[in-house]
Amino acid sequence: LVPWVPVVGLEVHAQISSNSKLFSGSQVQFAAPPNSLVSFFDASLPGTLPVLNRRCVEAAVMTGLALNCRVNKKSLFDRKHYFYADLPAGYQITQQRVPIAVNGSLSYSVCVDNKMSQMVTKTVRIKQIQLEQDSGKSLHDDTRSQTLVDLNRAGVGLMEVVMEPDMCCGEEAAAAVRELQLILQTLGSSQAVMAEGQLRVDANVSVHHPGEPYGVRTEVKNINSLRFLAKAVDYEIQRQIEELENGGTILNETRAFDSKLGCTISMRDKEGKQDYRFMPEPNLPPLILYDAKSLPANMNHQQVVNINSIHERLPDLPSVKRAKLVEQYGILPEHSFTLLNEDGLTEFFENVVNQTQMKPKKVIGWILKDLLSYLRQHSLTVKESPVSSFLLADLLNLLEKKEISSTAAKQVLAELWKGEGKTPLDIVKENKLELIQDQKELEKICQAVIDGRENEVITGSLC
Amino acid sequence: QTVTVEVLAHLEHLALVDFRDSEGVERLQKAIQFADQLHEVNTDGIEPMDSVLEDRCLYLRDDDVTEGNCMKELMKNAREKVEEYFVAPPGIVLLIKI
Repeated sequence: LVPWVPVVGLEVHAQISSNSKLFSGSQVQFAAPPNSLVSFFDASLPGTLPVLNRRCVEAAVMTGLALNCRVNKKSLFDRKHYFYADLPAGYQITQQRVPIAVNGSLSYSVCVDNKMSQMVTKTVRIKQIQLEQDSGKSLHDDTRSQTLVDLNRAGVGLMEVVMEPDMCCGEEAAAAVRELQLILQTLGSSQAVMAEGQLRVDANVSVHHPGEPYGVRTEVKNINSLRFLAKAVDYEIQRQIEELENGGTILNETRAFDSKLGCTISMRDKEGKQDYRFMPEPNLPPLILYDAKSLPANMNHQQVVNINSIHERLPDLPSVKRAKLVEQYGILPEHSFTLLNEDGLTEFFENVVNQTQMKPKKVIGWILKDLLSYLRQHSLTVKESPVSSFLLADLLNLLEKKEISSTAAKQVLAELWKGEGKTPLDIVKENKLELIQDQKELEKICQAVIDGRENEVITGSLC
Repeated sequence: QTVTVEVLAHLEHLALVDFRDSEGVERLQKAIQFADQLHEVNTDGIEPMDSVLEDRCLYLRDDDVTEGNCMKELMKNAREKVEEYFVAPPGIVLLIKI
């Protein structure tokens, strides 16, 4: 049986975190009254012109630098034409010929055989990052055979990040997107919340035999979460393998992922291949970016985007943050991944460490095993935790001072979880969980057990 | 070079324009021939220009909210509306041949 090599590439659209849109001054906001955040330009009324938002340019440059791209000092805007109800102009302004950043890379980690202790670093090449407009939203009303259109989202700035087909399965695709999400959130260039449509992923999937040319690829859309991304990619790989092994062929088509059925469905429309008739955007001159060397002397600084100063202001990326946590606290690399993966967990961990004498290497166990599992069981975020870092530190101090055993500590934590406002010490006293330190007292108990009077020990009459 | 039926159908579909009759096709043919005269210019070694604005400065706007909030005005243009939504036909717009 000849093996199959799956090939996965991704196109990720990230909504830029900005106050106003890419080419107009209307507000960017999720869930506002329909068509309330729409300017004349967004509605494509005649006589309106695009005016580029500097913040969007800076967000794209930041992202390009964080992904090791070459930032193009001159990039161009183009029109991509197609007809759809939520695209009032009949074209989208994008960057097809010369985008703002090219040739980068993204490193991410995957677990070998599902064991977090064996993590492997992989890299995916970033083909390019381009600035483009988002479209409006269509609501399909099938009963009345009409489409309702809300243009609030039309014109919001997007960064399209194109990842080369260097991935091989759903797990790698999800891990790469997760890392990109963390990077975008760290930079602040996008809040990248998939559930609010701020991060959308389309997957390009194909399979081939080793040594042979790449197979025909399909594009999978309508993926709303990282979990579904992995499922959709893996399903599509399997579907293609089965189709080919049964003597069938793969069509170069777009497929939608159905999360309920867990499969991909053909979206093939009867109109054949799309021709976007790309043309240069005639209303926008080239976008010129500067660095320290090329900076013109007399230019208004508000009109200048300086790549070097943006580079200097870049925050620590997730990979750097993880390395620092491992170095500073002596925790394992896989621990640092979990800390960064859960919103607010790193801060919680550091707060506990700062308030307790217990070594960070021991604290991390309590954070990742006890605290995190409680939170996950009850579907709570770190911010919603009924046990604060202060309370946990308090508890760990009792343990560290050997005033209670670790079994007792777990019991106290379970009590603290109820959020009744008691302190760890209160709970210890209520339940008589204190460790007996008195040598003589311990001898009395041991002697009683040896003498066969253990019942009296248990009822406490001897203590 | 003539404009074939296939090319014509493709153009009509993409641009939602109906060339309708042979007179329309003839006019299209003549327009293409007129534009083809550009090929007589020698452009060897010359960088294409896509806009007369190419050496202008691209103005960058501050990220402030200065527009929007004019739903009622925009809706005046809508032939049909449902609550505050524009109404459009379902699915992809197709060219309907009469």
